[in-house]
Amino acid sequence: MNFTINVWRQNGPKEKGGIATYKVSNISDDMSFLEMIDVLNEQLIIQDIDPVVFDHDCREGICGMCSMFINGEAHGPGRGVTTCQLHMREFKDGDTITIEPFRAKAFPVIKDLMVDRGSFDRIIQAGGYVSVNTSGNLPDANATPIEKQDADAAFDSATCIGCGACVATCKNASAMLFTSAKVSQLSLLPQGKIEASERVMNMVKQMDLEGFGNCTNTGACEVECPKGISIENIARMNREYLSASITSK
Amino acid sequence: MSKLNANIPEGSLAEKWTKHKSKIPLVSPANKRQIDIIVVGTGLAGSSAAASLAELGYNVKAFCFQDSPRRAHSIAAQGGINAAKNYQNDGDSTFRLFYDTIKGGDYRSREANVHRLAEVSASIIDQCVAQGVPFAREYGGLLDNRSFGGVQVSRTFYAKGQTGQQLLLGAYSALSRQVAKGRVELLSRHEMVELVVVNGKARGIIARNLVTGELERHSAHAVLLCTGGYGNVFYLSTNAMGSNVTAAWKAHRKGAYMANPCFTQIHPTCIPVSGDSQSKLTLMSESLRNDGRIWVPKKAEDALAIREGRLKPTDLSEENRDYYLERRYPAFGNLVPRDVASRAAKERCDAGYGINKTGEAVYLDFSSAIERFGSEAAHVKGIKNPNENQIKKLGERIVESKYGNLFQMYEKITAQNPYKMPMMIYPAVHYTMGGIWVDYNLMTTVPGLFALGEANFSDHGANRLGASALMQGLADGYFVAPYTVGTYLSQDITTGKIPTDSAEFDEAEATARNRMNGFLNSKGNTPVEIFHRDLGKIMWSQCGMARNEEGLKKAIADIRILRDKFYSDVKVLGKIGEMNPELDKAGRVADFLELGELMCMDALAREESCGGHFREEFQSKEGEAVRKDDEFAFVAAWEFAESDPGKSKLHKEELSFENVELNTRSYK
Repeated sequence: MNFTINVWRQNGPKEKGGIATYKVSNISDDMSFLEMIDVLNEQLIIQDIDPVVFDHDCREGICGMCSMFINGEAHGPGRGVTTCQLHMREFKDGDTITIEPFRAKAFPVIKDLMVDRGSFDRIIQAGGYVSVNTSGNLPDANATPIEKQDADAAFDSATCIGCGACVATCKNASAMLFTSAKVSQLSLLPQGKIEASERVMNMVKQMDLEGFGNCTNTGACEVECPKGISIENIARMNREYLSASITSK
Repeated sequence: MSKLNANIPEGSLAEKWTKHKSKIPLVSPANKRQIDIIVVGTGLAGSSAAASLAELGYNVKAFCFQDSPRRAHSIAAQGGINAAKNYQNDGDSTFRLFYDTIKGGDYRSREANVHRLAEVSASIIDQCVAQGVPFAREYGGLLDNRSFGGVQVSRTFYAKGQTGQQLLLGAYSALSRQVAKGRVELLSRHEMVELVVVNGKARGIIARNLVTGELERHSAHAVLLCTGGYGNVFYLSTNAMGSNVTAAWKAHRKGAYMANPCFTQIHPTCIPVSGDSQSKLTLMSESLRNDGRIWVPKKAEDALAIREGRLKPTDLSEENRDYYLERRYPAFGNLVPRDVASRAAKERCDAGYGINKTGEAVYLDFSSAIERFGSEAAHVKGIKNPNENQIKKLGERIVESKYGNLFQMYEKITAQNPYKMPMMIYPAVHYTMGGIWVDYNLMTTVPGLFALGEANFSDHGANRLGASALMQGLADGYFVAPYTVGTYLSQDITTGKIPTDSAEFDEAEATARNRMNGFLNSKGNTPVEIFHRDLGKIMWSQCGMARNEEGLKKAIADIRILRDKFYSDVKVLGKIGEMNPELDKAGRVADFLELGELMCMDALAREESCGGHFREEFQSKEGEAVRKDDEFAFVAAWEFAESDPGKSKLHKEELSFENVELNTRSYK
């Protein structure tokens, strides 16, 4: 298969970027999208052109590092996949493919397709944890039974990989899906309930400080989320937030 | 040959750790505030160690090359984590976990370390649950367990096929809490490129800021390497693209011995290689072997027909299938340890029974599980005389609930539906049991330098059991290092801040800079990736699932030629002082090119077969591994010498087994 690749090139956060066009050929349909980029980069190096910088690591859809906006969709066509799980068989021979970084005020471009998602780390640092120290003397893991339904729901929320597709997709660049997934996971479990009020207040505050927009319930984030994180989480966070603001001391 | 002191405490096996802990010197809270610790890597071992040490009051700097600590490759571990909780009342105990691990490792690990691992395993589960890790639960609300290879109990805790993710996010949350408190300084997108040794002690690192390209100096009283394994030396592996040996190799070049580097785990259930430009391999969790049955056609002509697309596996009747693991190992069947399962797959494929285009794949079939679950579910639902379709539907639903995400992953990669067609799998490089040599306190041969998790060699011998890597990473980080690092630091309370303007820091920074300039100035014609791919081919063919003297000698010669070619012909664009991922990759591949040679030397020196190390010269008539305990019951610890991996010196740590009898591992 042969493709025309339009890719965003930008040298640094402060520099002006633009689309560059390259051709790639002899791409097999079994290749992953990132392997296609590898081929492109090998070709660029031989031509003395700087290779395209992009984030990637596990290449099995779990680390959340890859972050490409392909033909106007976060992680490209198809549901429930990250860019690294996208295969070239999803495209037609001769297609023109346009690749841009995840764009949001709180995700400044570092170079080319690589963005800075440190804002996500700071949201977690604001309260996405249970305040428990390491200790060999904690209660036995089975001391507090947890209803299977709650444990499963907490797990579903906890599967967020922090890639930022939700933000890149949202017209408001909102991080509500990301933040609410962590808030939900911990508020569904007895271990997380104790700090629930403080947690939701602090995490939402940090989210706003970072410059993420608000949620207007378009539901686009849920559609593009590679892990199928549900917008029910946002509803749960809103409820938690409301009750926390009423009862906060 | 010098004698290595493993510093194993006195006393009976079960008492060693407790006694050791109660006797070790402590550092007072006020003094902890004066002490700096560097933690390199933020996977399970690194995040848990950084968080725990910060909670104790030390000043911690945590480094990772990814953009966030949450992305370390522990995140990709699927199946589960072992712990001797005996919740299932199936006869599990600390001793049994210890025994299974020693036996599974083919009697090439240290008794005392392994027993300690088994002892702290139960606390890990308590810790994770307290952090809010959502483990799988039963309807009664209690934790669920499943079985893994090489054991006959159910002691594996899991969170669907994403256990590593959930545990890492737990450790990451503990780390984030300390970052918020200002106890940990987080340096993401940083890569360690040199170790700094001052007066014989590890006192800091040179790290490259991967965004600005700047070389930074960081000093500390102790350095912890939690940098994972080096499976990417094979190019194709289940490791992440960025996983590398650089930090460990720099430490090795500065005096840390590498132990048993040839002990590599080839995981039996991975998605087979599909093409030449493939960049990585994807694992299908071992947990699938709980319910999946592995087979190839009994007749070679059927295998050929399948390869050529003339026959479908579902058309082959039961009697024409060879469930070779069940045939060869009736006691453990499909749940034999990984090394045994991998070799058995290779044996069948080499004999011409492989079932994909390349001839390197076997089937992992869920049809009997679907039928069994379906019938059970029909019975529960009170459906009398259910038809085949009903059973299949019900069964598929149960398989989906257990392995849904894995099946989905398989379908995405291969474009085949594993509910209808058996999965195709083949072994792939997954984990390295070898690593930096450490004593009982996890300290390397460089004082003040520690190695935790997969980066060290200590607990898995020649083969790691499934679900034990997560256990070891968290054991080292949460429950071992916080004590043992403190013991070392108790001598450092009056040292004061370590300056970074010393000659040693100058020298280390210059070394790193010269090396990078070397790559940039080589003005060659070949991209880094191509050298890595070539190295991988040599390693996989000569130092992979089966090894022999001739092949290993050839590999050593080939690697040396490739390494020379790399230095004269590598092409890296750009500069040091800017973001330059190709330059980072060049540094990593250069280190793999040295490590590869050492691995082959180690494999050559170990004239026996044990665990993942299978020397073709040493096998029984039935093709089983033949161990030589009288000659090789030792840890091979290699010292770097004369700036040439080929000149490395071998030191032996004799292993003594006082609590288990050395038996031929049998899973029949």
